[in-house]
Amino acid sequence: MVENAGTEQSAAPAERIPFMQRLLDNPFLLLFLGVVIPTVIYILWGVMEIAQIPLMK
Amino acid sequence: MAIHPPQSRVWWNEPVAKGELVWIAIAFVWGLIMFFMMIYWHYYGKQNLSSEVGRVDLAVYEQKVIDFTDAYTVREEGDTGVPVVKPPVGGDAYMLARTFEWWPILELEKGKTYRLHLSSVDLQHGFSLQPTNINIQVHPGLEHVVTVTPTEVGSFGVICNEYCGLGHHVMTGRIYVVEPGQGG
Amino acid sequence: MANTAVGTGVIGTLATKFRTCPATGLQVDLAAQRLIKANAVAAVVFLAIGGLFGLMVALTRWPAVHLLSSDMFYLVLTAHGLDVLLLWIIFFEMAVLYFASAVILSSRIAAPRWGWVAFALMVVGGVMTNVAVLQGDSSVMFTSYPPLQAQPHFYLGLILFAVGALIGCFIFLGTLVIAKEEKTYEGSIPLVTFGALTACIIAVFTIASGAIILIPTFLWSVGYISNIDTLTYKLVWWAMGHSSQQINVSAHVAIWYLIAAVTVGAKPLSEKVSRTAFLMYILFLQLASAHHLLVEPGLSSEWKIVNTSYMMYLAVMGSMIHGMTVPGSIEAAQRKNGFTRGVFEWLRKAPWSNPAFSGMFLSLVMFGFLGGISGVVLGTEQLNIMMHNTLYVPGHFHGTVVAGTTLAFMAVTYLVVPLIFQREIIWPKLAKWQPYLFGLGVAGISLFMMGAGTLGVSRRHWDNAFTDALLPYNYPDVASLMMGLNGLSAIMAATGGALYVVIVVGSILFGKKVDATNAVSALGPMPKKVVQEAVSKYGSAGTWHLPGTYVLVAIFFGSFVLYYFVNWKYLSELWPMQ
Repeated sequence: MVENAGTEQSAAPAERIPFMQRLLDNPFLLLFLGVVIPTVIYILWGVMEIAQIPLMK
Repeated sequence: MAIHPPQSRVWWNEPVAKGELVWIAIAFVWGLIMFFMMIYWHYYGKQNLSSEVGRVDLAVYEQKVIDFTDAYTVREEGDTGVPVVKPPVGGDAYMLARTFEWWPILELEKGKTYRLHLSSVDLQHGFSLQPTNINIQVHPGLEHVVTVTPTEVGSFGVICNEYCGLGHHVMTGRIYVVEPGQGG
Repeated sequence: MANTAVGTGVIGTLATKFRTCPATGLQVDLAAQRLIKANAVAAVVFLAIGGLFGLMVALTRWPAVHLLSSDMFYLVLTAHGLDVLLLWIIFFEMAVLYFASAVILSSRIAAPRWGWVAFALMVVGGVMTNVAVLQGDSSVMFTSYPPLQAQPHFYLGLILFAVGALIGCFIFLGTLVIAKEEKTYEGSIPLVTFGALTACIIAVFTIASGAIILIPTFLWSVGYISNIDTLTYKLVWWAMGHSSQQINVSAHVAIWYLIAAVTVGAKPLSEKVSRTAFLMYILFLQLASAHHLLVEPGLSSEWKIVNTSYMMYLAVMGSMIHGMTVPGSIEAAQRKNGFTRGVFEWLRKAPWSNPAFSGMFLSLVMFGFLGGISGVVLGTEQLNIMMHNTLYVPGHFHGTVVAGTTLAFMAVTYLVVPLIFQREIIWPKLAKWQPYLFGLGVAGISLFMMGAGTLGVSRRHWDNAFTDALLPYNYPDVASLMMGLNGLSAIMAATGGALYVVIVVGSILFGKKVDATNAVSALGPMPKKVVQEAVSKYGSAGTWHLPGTYVLVAIFFGSFVLYYFVNWKYLSELWPMQ
């Protein structure tokens, strides 16, 4: 995950690669986001709600 | 082509055609409309599933339904032996799911609001009221209180639409809706 | 392999055998090629078995036929879901992942031995779960909601299968790393590979969720754990069950781009837009697992709305973008190919006799109109109460997974057989009709099940007539008609599916070998100019005059809006609930 745009530089004076392109070119960062977001929003939030269901009076 | 790397090294800065941008904008706005439609309905719509729920012991729930049935049974359904129960108008009504029946039969009055308790004493079942087509998932150990107001008179089938074993297709129940002050 | 030019590439310290593909010039790692073949063959085997089970299900639900006994029906239905929804799809996706990494990037594949370990685990797991189901004690449906309990080896098989698939995902990621380090390509990965990466990322989340829930469930089935919370199971299970269908979506969208590129020479209109659309999938598509929990007690409306809307429908926006850029890229390419007259000449003169193209385009249209629109409606918090667990649900997902994914996978097979198996398609005239036959049948299945679901007919139910029920109920008469039409459609789809299996197996065994002389013609009919100008240069913004695509998306959007609000109207007539 360390190597980014830098490794692909050619001899010609290169235009700086925009942040979004660097994000899209980084499979492991995408993997991290794609696992963490649903884990937090869907699973953890959901499990917390299930855990908080009260006892019926 | 889509099977080759992008032609330019920095493709993020390539211009996007207007037609594509317009479509993206339409899709985005449509998404917002659909999102806020659900929120809108919570405030202004009349069909929102109740969030009133509690954990309950299976035997405790069963006893609640038996007590309810003993108190308000008005007749038996033909020769089936299934009691027909008429809960107090505007009060609590109980229905129990178990393999393979919905028990007891309820008789409700049109236009009156009831607190319908749903739970299962064994597996998961699917409360499917037909032909109205209201479908609610029923879990063992979770007592769900749905506030519901029947708007039409008649005999309504309650079907199980969550697979619950080899007798799943015989698992039915019934709700009668009568004009206010009638039935019983 | 006799006609293949095999070269040995020495990369680092590892010697890898490559051949050069005569049609595309790509370097194909033979180890990757063998893995692709194995996974594709396993996929087709399970499709054949699972498809047959599906036909039996449809014929049983057709009241006039009512083929199976109730016990057999539930058994066969469980096996149908398992074999086609999980095994066919995931095996094929493994082949797609290996293809999109090693072949498209002309790279050696990472850890091919582990690829065989993955394959073995998946085969053993798949067979084990099938055996459990066929033994008869595990008719718990594909979802296996506790406290309904299957035999332990039902769960164990699924776990082994999942572990195998997870290894496959890491081989894909490893291959990306190798290709980058060994500089087999320049710049960013191709769009098709990016789509496969999207599928892979969703697969990792999917499989991890499956493991998290199936391992305790397995322990419960052997008695080490006394209780599985039914709602937590459902929540986590659907993180696998629904997300696995999102792997499909990502994979088949990648395949749309692939087929459009190969058959008409289409180039993405904008790399930025298409990749951003995939990014929306990566970030938000998995949240839609909540579609299955909208009428569940115990989860708040806030949780339901945020998740079911894939975070304000940003993932739907992604799909709508692909829905424009795929036909748009085809239109742009066809106009470049010389079909410029009127609004639709590009579409009329498209290679409709090439099963790869026709299958792809049918998949695109039906996924949008049948699966896509119905999915959003079904996944709207309040609307779901009119459809949950009715036949509307399988109607919807036969529109996505069968008309969308399966048809796209079938279509790409017509390219994979010549490119990877290096065989010509036998019986090209029959192959030409296969996507139409299958597609039309599946469209019928999807529509008629949705129709029956709208009438309240339950899914996973043996007896629409409630013959043995103490308190009988009758569905509206037209429901029987719907189920009959569904049965007829299933026969048509099964015929198309059987044709696919026969053609593919026949081609692999008996097809004429592909070499440099017939490498391009083996890919089926294509517009004439494409072959010379396959990689023609044109910027996306410059060539933008795509009236046909505008008309198509306008029709789509109009249908979407109309159908969406019609359903709210139906909902407003339901008994008030609070």
